[in-house]
Formats: sequence, C-alpha cells, structure tokens
Amino acid sequence: MSAYLHTAWTVFLKDVRIEARTRESLASILVFSMLVAFIFNFAFDPHPRVLATVGPGIVWVAFVFTGVIGLNRNFVLEQEQGTLDALLLAPVAREALYAGKLVGVFALMTAVEALMLPVFVVLYDLPVLNGPFVGVTLAATLGFAAVGTLFSAIAVRTRAREVLLPLLFLPAALPVLIGAVASSSDIFAGQGWSEYGRWLQLILVFDVVFIVVTSVAFEAVIEE
Amino acid sequence: MATVAGRHQQGLVARWRRVLGDAQRAKYIFLLLLAAMFVANLYLMLIWAPTERVMGDVQRIFYIHVPPLWVAFIAFFLTFVSSIAYLRTRERSWDNRAFAAAEVGLAFMTVGIIAGAIWGKPVWGTWWTWDAKLTTTFVLWVTYVGYMMVRSYAPVRAQGARWSAVIGIIGFINVPIVYMAAVWWRGLHPDQVTGAFASGGGLEPDMRTAFYFSVLTFVLLFAYLLYHRIGVRRTEDEVGSLHNMLHEGRS
Repeated sequence: MSAYLHTAWTVFLKDVRIEARTRESLASILVFSMLVAFIFNFAFDPHPRVLATVGPGIVWVAFVFTGVIGLNRNFVLEQEQGTLDALLLAPVAREALYAGKLVGVFALMTAVEALMLPVFVVLYDLPVLNGPFVGVTLAATLGFAAVGTLFSAIAVRTRAREVLLPLLFLPAALPVLIGAVASSSDIFAGQGWSEYGRWLQLILVFDVVFIVVTSVAFEAVIEE
Repeated sequence: MATVAGRHQQGLVARWRRVLGDAQRAKYIFLLLLAAMFVANLYLMLIWAPTERVMGDVQRIFYIHVPPLWVAFIAFFLTFVSSIAYLRTRERSWDNRAFAAAEVGLAFMTVGIIAGAIWGKPVWGTWWTWDAKLTTTFVLWVTYVGYMMVRSYAPVRAQGARWSAVIGIIGFINVPIVYMAAVWWRGLHPDQVTGAFASGGGLEPDMRTAFYFSVLTFVLLFAYLLYHRIGVRRTEDEVGSLHNMLHEGRS
C-alpha cells in the first residue's frame, strides 16, 4: 500500500514539477477559460434576470471546456516526450500510475477553477465564493478528472485526439455535469442542503463508481 | 410398417438436408422468411392494428419506434458482455462479436430515434425534448459513435479493440446513472409531455400482438445482420493478414 502511495505521489510530483518549471498549461488554460466566460457576456444579455437562469450553465460550460483542454495538455506532453512509455516500463502498479495522473489532473483543474471564481464574481456577479459551491465544484471536478484521465489516455494515442477526447469525455461526464448544474442553481437561488444536498450525493456516488471502474480499466487501456 | 415409416422419415430428413444443404441456402431461406415477416409486419401495424383513439394513425409509428430501440439495447448489452469477455480472454472472436453488435445496434438505434422524432413532432409539438428517456438514449448513441471512432482512429487494431472494449463497458454502466440523474432533474420541473404514452401496461390486446410481432421481426433482422457482420468482420481480418503477408513478402 505504501509502495502504491509512493508511486502515485511520485507521478503526481513529476507533473507538478513540469508545470512549475514551464507554467505552460496553467497560463494557457486560464486564458482560454477566461475567454469562454468573456464570450458568454456577448452570447447572453448579462441582465440579472437572465443570469439567474443561465449562470450555473456559464460556470459549468467554462469548467468543462477548461477540463478538456487541461486533459489534452496533460497527456500530450507525455506522448510527445515518450515519457508515457518510460512510465510503463517502470515496475510499478498500473493503478498507482493512474492515481498519480488522476491527482495531477485534478490539481490542475482545481487550480484553474480557483482562479476562475473571482472572474465569475467580477463579470457576472455570481455568488460562487461560498462553502457549498466550492464543495460541489471539488466533487464534480474529481468526477471529471476520473473519467477524463482514462479517456485522454485513449484519445492521446489516436490520430484525432482533439476531436475524440470531448466526444468520449462529455457523454460519460454528463451525470456529474447534470448534478453540478442542478446543485449550483439551487445554491445560487439560496436554497439549503436539503435541496442541493441530493445532487451533491449523486455527484459523490458517481465519483466513487468512476474512480473504481476507471482504475481497473486503466491497465487495459495503457498496455502496449 | 416401422421400416417404411423409418425410411419415410429418413427421406424427409434427407430432403430437408438437401434443401438446407449448405449454409448459404439456409441464409437465403431465412432472408425469405424475414421478408415475408416484414410484409406481414407492415400489414399488422398499418391495417390490422386498431387506430389509437387520441393520436389517430400517427400512433402506428409506435410499431417501428420501440422495437428497434429494444433491439439496440439488446445489442449494446451483447457488446458489454463481449467486451468483458474480450478483455478477459483477448480472443479476437469476442472482439468481433462486440464490434458487430455495437455497429448493428447503432444502426437500429438511429432508426428508432428518427422514428421517435417523427412521432414526437405531431404528438408533442417538438422533434426533441430533454426527457429522461431521450437524454439517456442520446448519451448511449453518442457513446457508441465514440466507440466506432476510437476503432477507426486507433493506430493498431488490437489497441482499438481494447480501448473500445473499455468504452463499451463504461458506456453501458453509465446509462442507468444518466437515466436516474435525468429523472430526478426533470422531477423538479414536471413536463406535461412526459409519460403521455410511457405507461406500457395499458396496451390494447390487438396492439400488443402487432407490437410483439414487430419486436420479433426486428430481433430476427438483428440476428441476421449480426451474424452477417461477424462473418464480414472475420473476412476483413483474413484479408488484412493476407495483405500483411504480401507486404512482408515484397519487402
């Protein structure tokens, strides 16, 4: 177990170190997601009455697009440098590799989302800086990261990775997205735990199911 | 007497064996039967089955909307099972079954969705709505489109087989979750169109007969296409390996 955690941690640290030295992914993804949020400004009339309806949608579309871009970056680096093969040559458990990549993806997505929250406050005056919303965001991001890590490991090695990743990722992530949007609109409307809680529970159930299934499936996906 | 009867029986068996002699002829007989069933099916659903009181003749779309979708669900279940078997055994025959079921199932599902949209327009006043059933069906459809695409974009056949097996498994597990999520979501906003015809218990007996005949017809068509597709897939594999041998010989 400790070997498992050690491997996962090492893989995670590797990704963090790459990011800390290049600062490529975080910066480009952040600019991209700010542009998504910005474009909604023109797509919808940013009137408070309209925002009450489309606000959660804006937030989650931005987060999901961000997630797709982040996933692509994460595995493209591995693929281009051939480091994925190197990782696979290492005599370690595949599940540990998967866990490390998963935590790395989760951390990257969360970092971008954290930086995005003030943007939503400034541009749309959405009440996103509170405990319940942050909790929902963390839970949903974990689900996105679980499905996304597995599918980007597939998509990155195909000829049409830019198209294939969202095509596989979005349908699979739909339950989490439904839960996230529904609970966010409850939270934005000032509802309590009894309203958004069941959505958060749905997201958490999905998280557990998908972390288990994708960890098992990762080996079949990654082997040569 | 016994010998005469026995000889007669033998003659009968021999005659049947002659008729059904080779697989090819059996296939044609099956196809003829299927064509006859489709004609009968058209008669049953368009003329024989009673006209629905509220919707009128439009309701007859029911008989070509639901059966293909049932078949598609059966097909995706076969893909799910075959994918697990493939990942366990790594035998190409399981992969061929999973692929053929997914491809034929996708075709049936497309037919069912289009028929449903054509039915929805006059009855609901819209081609499409995000009801739980429709959402789940859409997710399933997109998932198997992805399943097909992963195969065609995979650099090596075995990789495509493994990846799509994973998608075939996860996609199938995902469906009940999406369904529940959509039911709960829509539960907050009741929709007057939901369940207009969803309760299947109240089917009139003649309608039920026509419906299940249609299901049987579509299932047999599916069985034929599946069998055929697996055969074609096997031939593709053979051609591929012959091609590789030729290529190696030349270099």
